[in-house]
Amino acid sequence: MARDAIRFWRNGQPIEVSGFHPRTTLLDYLRLQERRVGTKEGCAEGDCGACTIALGRLKDGRVHYEPVNACILLLGQVDGAEVVTVEDLAKSGELHPVQSAMVAHHGSQCGFCTPGIVMSLFTLYHEAERPLGRDGINDALAGNLCRCTGYRPIVDAALEACSGKPDDLFAEANGATARGLAAMADGQDLVVGSEAHFFAAPASEASLAALYDQHPDATLVAGCTDVGLWITKGMAELEKIIWLGRVSGLDQIEDTADALTIGATATHAAAYSSLASIDPDLGELMRRFGSVQVRASGTVGGNIANGSPIGDLAPALIALGSKLELRKGESTRVIPLDTFFIAYRKQDRQPGEFVRRVTVPKLNSNEVFRAYKVSKRFDEDISAVMGAFKLRLDGRRIAEARIAFGGMAGIPKRAMETEKALTGISLDDPSSWGDAMAAIARDYQPLDDHRASAVYRATVARNLVFKALSETASGETGATRIIGRREALAAAE
Amino acid sequence: MNEHPKVPVASTSPSRGEVAPKAREGVGSSTSASVAPPPHPGSLARFDPPPQGEDGEFLRHIRKPLPHDSGPKHVQGVAQYIDDIREPEGTLHVAIGQSPKARGRLISLDVAAVRETPGVVAVLTLADIPGKNDVSPAFGDDPLFVDSEISFMGQAVFAVVATTRDIARRAVKKAVMEIVSETPSITVEDALDRGETVLPDYAYGRGDVEAVVAAAPHRLEGQFRIGGQEHFYLEGQVAFAIPGEDGDVQVYSSTQHPTEVQHVVARVLDIPDSYVTCETRRMGGGFGGKESQATQWAVTAALAARVTGRPCKIRLDRDDDFILTGKRHDFRCDWKVGFDGEGRIQGYGVDLLARCGYSADLSAGVVDRAMFHADNAYWMPAVQIASKRLKTNTVSNTAFRGFGGPQGMLAIEHVMDQIAWATGRDPLDVRYANFYREGENITPYGMEVEETDTLLSLVRTLEETSSYRERRKEIAAFNAASPIMKRGLSLTPVKFGISFTLTHMNQAGALVHVYQDGSVHLNHGGTEMGQGLYIKVAQVVAEEFGIAMERVRITATTTAKVPNTSPTAASSGSDLNGMAAKVAAGAIKKRMIAYAAEAFSVPEEQIEFRDDRVFIGNESIPFDELVKKCIFARVQMSEAGHYKTPKITWDRAKGTGRPFFYFAYGAACSEVIVDTLTGENRVLRTDILHDVGRSLNPAIDIGQIEGGFVQGMGWLTTEELVFGKEGHLLTHAPSTYKIPVASDVPADFRVALYPNSNREETIYRSKAVGEPPIMLANSVFCALADAVHALDPSKPVPLNAPATPEAILRACEAQRGRSMG
Repeated sequence: MARDAIRFWRNGQPIEVSGFHPRTTLLDYLRLQERRVGTKEGCAEGDCGACTIALGRLKDGRVHYEPVNACILLLGQVDGAEVVTVEDLAKSGELHPVQSAMVAHHGSQCGFCTPGIVMSLFTLYHEAERPLGRDGINDALAGNLCRCTGYRPIVDAALEACSGKPDDLFAEANGATARGLAAMADGQDLVVGSEAHFFAAPASEASLAALYDQHPDATLVAGCTDVGLWITKGMAELEKIIWLGRVSGLDQIEDTADALTIGATATHAAAYSSLASIDPDLGELMRRFGSVQVRASGTVGGNIANGSPIGDLAPALIALGSKLELRKGESTRVIPLDTFFIAYRKQDRQPGEFVRRVTVPKLNSNEVFRAYKVSKRFDEDISAVMGAFKLRLDGRRIAEARIAFGGMAGIPKRAMETEKALTGISLDDPSSWGDAMAAIARDYQPLDDHRASAVYRATVARNLVFKALSETASGETGATRIIGRREALAAAE
Repeated sequence: MNEHPKVPVASTSPSRGEVAPKAREGVGSSTSASVAPPPHPGSLARFDPPPQGEDGEFLRHIRKPLPHDSGPKHVQGVAQYIDDIREPEGTLHVAIGQSPKARGRLISLDVAAVRETPGVVAVLTLADIPGKNDVSPAFGDDPLFVDSEISFMGQAVFAVVATTRDIARRAVKKAVMEIVSETPSITVEDALDRGETVLPDYAYGRGDVEAVVAAAPHRLEGQFRIGGQEHFYLEGQVAFAIPGEDGDVQVYSSTQHPTEVQHVVARVLDIPDSYVTCETRRMGGGFGGKESQATQWAVTAALAARVTGRPCKIRLDRDDDFILTGKRHDFRCDWKVGFDGEGRIQGYGVDLLARCGYSADLSAGVVDRAMFHADNAYWMPAVQIASKRLKTNTVSNTAFRGFGGPQGMLAIEHVMDQIAWATGRDPLDVRYANFYREGENITPYGMEVEETDTLLSLVRTLEETSSYRERRKEIAAFNAASPIMKRGLSLTPVKFGISFTLTHMNQAGALVHVYQDGSVHLNHGGTEMGQGLYIKVAQVVAEEFGIAMERVRITATTTAKVPNTSPTAASSGSDLNGMAAKVAAGAIKKRMIAYAAEAFSVPEEQIEFRDDRVFIGNESIPFDELVKKCIFARVQMSEAGHYKTPKITWDRAKGTGRPFFYFAYGAACSEVIVDTLTGENRVLRTDILHDVGRSLNPAIDIGQIEGGFVQGMGWLTTEELVFGKEGHLLTHAPSTYKIPVASDVPADFRVALYPNSNREETIYRSKAVGEPPIMLANSVFCALADAVHALDPSKPVPLNAPATPEAILRACEAQRGRSMG
């Protein structure tokens, strides 16, 4: 028997909401239904962070707060969570520590981005590993645009407020809230709406498989960081939405000696440290992936299933030789990840079939991995070019190369010609690298768009081949990188 | 807080210490130019001015780093923006029907399907406009709805009014338009080919530049491109109109110019100005983008309210905001310069070719200001500044912080670098060689630069405090050893003229009421967009009355209280409104003094307002007590103050005069690192020394400087506007248009105020600060070029703005003798 209302925790008590349109966003619910207008809409596409709110979910028996963009989060996705908005922080006239620090450091000017920044800092206040440096705060704020202050006073406010142990009403209430959330977790399927239009959140893989088989025209939503834009920007008339976030076990991450298996609904935030443990470059890629808000909602499976030619994860996972498992009804199949992408926005996925998990092989001791994300802006930007290299070495020679790029074709695609040209070359003879650098021009006819011209992409791709080779040859990245130097990352470990 | 004595008492003696004035000795402090910036910003210590001003004033509120008055409200989400106003029952929502073509003629518009959509209450078209179909600020060339000529892609053709915003946004897509389209002009070159402009060309100068350049020992010429910039105020355009009786209307608009909104609503609705009230409590950012271009949305809401008789709101979606509203003008600058072996300019000529978009909007003033800043801080014996205001089939470009000044200034800074590359001299030395100095201090438009020593000593100070020379050497050593990563360094000056260049706009009004309980109602014509104008003006009023800040109630700007105002623009907000409020408060204070002198039989000069009390001879009484007495004695406790800037004259026809009351100065030194394989880059350190005269509020001013610098840095680096061939704006949201994020701010960022006093009589000798800091970011652009130059110092760097990674890589490849096409 499916539940027909979502339940979430709000201001210390459970709330039930039913009868909403499946497309309703959390932001519209807050502003138009609750009439709590502290949370702002700045862009309605999850890029500016003005609508940031905190979602509390159970993790190891405690409530764990993450910031999310309410503008592209569906209302139904808050089922089972605590919703905290900017109005909730100050109690009986007393500002929350992040709020008073923001005032004291002159962290607001026009004030419109401020509620979102306060909420990002609220989650940092609760979840940060301390001590925090400026870089850590910059990462925490990568998804919050401010056009007035130049950020310096905001970062100063964060340094002050987020330096100690969390000591606020939410920390105090953590146990009670955790019990409240636990009590709401009923493991039941959830369907709000009718056969014709619904928001459904199956609780098990079996329910999901059955429901999707029955409604192959439904839109599967994991984090909604892309589908959200179909709604707010594309005005898509989505009538049937199946949210995967409640499917038990689908977010599992299995870490074995030779591979990492990531369930489709594991968020980027959840998979971050496991991926980083494969290689620091993968960790750096995850650090720059979207923003904290996007990583808290978006999922590894969604980034793959979505099939975007500019998704950052696919090229890295293809280079690593990952395999994808799909399921339809009762049957599952496993394919090499690179074969999943057929053409622009066309994937090897049947009606009613869904991505189940991806298996990422770990690196052997004779394998080198390098990933480069090149974008107009370092943080929270879509790559112009994303290149990933796995090189198997035989001494100082390249025995085998596996390379994939994003942004260079209509799909994330392997550079077969370059792979071939690299095979057998010596790391000690840079004069022999030219063929491989030239080969990349045969692998791709890159896009020409507002992010970058085709010639820029081609030039960068060629130069990245050079960069990967020279870094592999020298074993150093200090002379070839502005950020994400592996030596610095290793030192920070 | 406020005292509320039940019984008025004739007088009370202050208890010892309670109101004892602070010792008046120790005037101390100095205006020495050798200020050392603190090692790191953020400390308030450096804001702490002496309580006693150098001019002998005993200041309680002025020069204090008070936080923004709305700070506590911002952080709790209770500061009200227009979309947050509780909607009255029956409120409707408006969406704009846009042209899908950039140029052509609208043959027919069929909105039947739109009207039939459930929830749609009205469709507004040309036929619904009672008055003039014109929302332009001056030139009559911005229609509310397309009549027949289509001028840019996205132009408003009609509007839908529906019960929800979602319904309205979906319904607009159902209209059918028949359009005969033509090839649009998109680029500067398109407009030059067609010879289309929005306003006549304009030029001035002195001497025969052609001859001087031709005869100069060294000559250079080139073409330099400067990109535009989207404002990206976090709060998009929004307006809310509530119809009243007799056809009048209350308009809440997120505008920098409530008066213009009022006038244009009246014009379009064909009602007197007096029937329209426009109110603006705060904007979620403006930056010039809501100076003239908030009007159209306010008018649309007002028209919808007129037609439906119901409250109507319009809030543009972010993408629509990008597509439908103008940006900073992009420019092509065709320049030539003649100079001597030291790099001293003998003649400079520049054609500033501005892409204005489809209409004039504010382009007259914007391009004039680009011309006024084409010299920046440099003496040019022979000079010719020419300009074209080119018409393209793109959205009409508009005001943006700096108002053209940044473009004119960046061009000459680029030329300074070109001269340095040609002569082999350090770019800073080339700049020094050209600074205005005694005897060489007349601008190309005939205004004397009176403060020639200020900028020179400011730059010398920054040169030292930033360790420019030492770092220059370190960077050269680094670059010699680093084939891929290259560092660059640049120190650039800013001289920015303060005043509206349309002389009549340099006026402001304020309204001050003092109520019987001693609370003060403050209103003025300036608007709050985050810049801290409200708190600064409140400080002025609290200072004037000698009362606690808490007594001053800051109220929303409204045309019903202060009429006929100028926009809050041109950095003029506190100069103009601060003075107007001081005039108003001063007049009330004067009447209170006259009353007290008579009532207490004390000479007027023995009456002083401070510490929330009034000192009358040897006695003192609480401020509110004297207020009560004044009201009882029938003294008028309300005043409208007015201020107009003195000294300014500008004869545009002759191209000469004094358009500016004074100049604000600053300089920045930035160091960058560039990856010459990808063009990626980072600002490593920036040192700023900036002149705000004697600051009204150092915390607010530092905020303007840091924020302006970062915004300018975005303009010159990652912010790139890309238009497609058919006129589509391809970068129309934060996913595609990249403004700086926290990690883009220099990790080492040192900002200090230059101790200076305004030589002109401005409000407490402060200087305007809104716009000048934008141009501090020129140092970032020039440092990037400097880094690329290290690849081959024998060649000039072909880098245009914005210096995106792609633009930088293109320049790197050229420097290496390769072409990236």
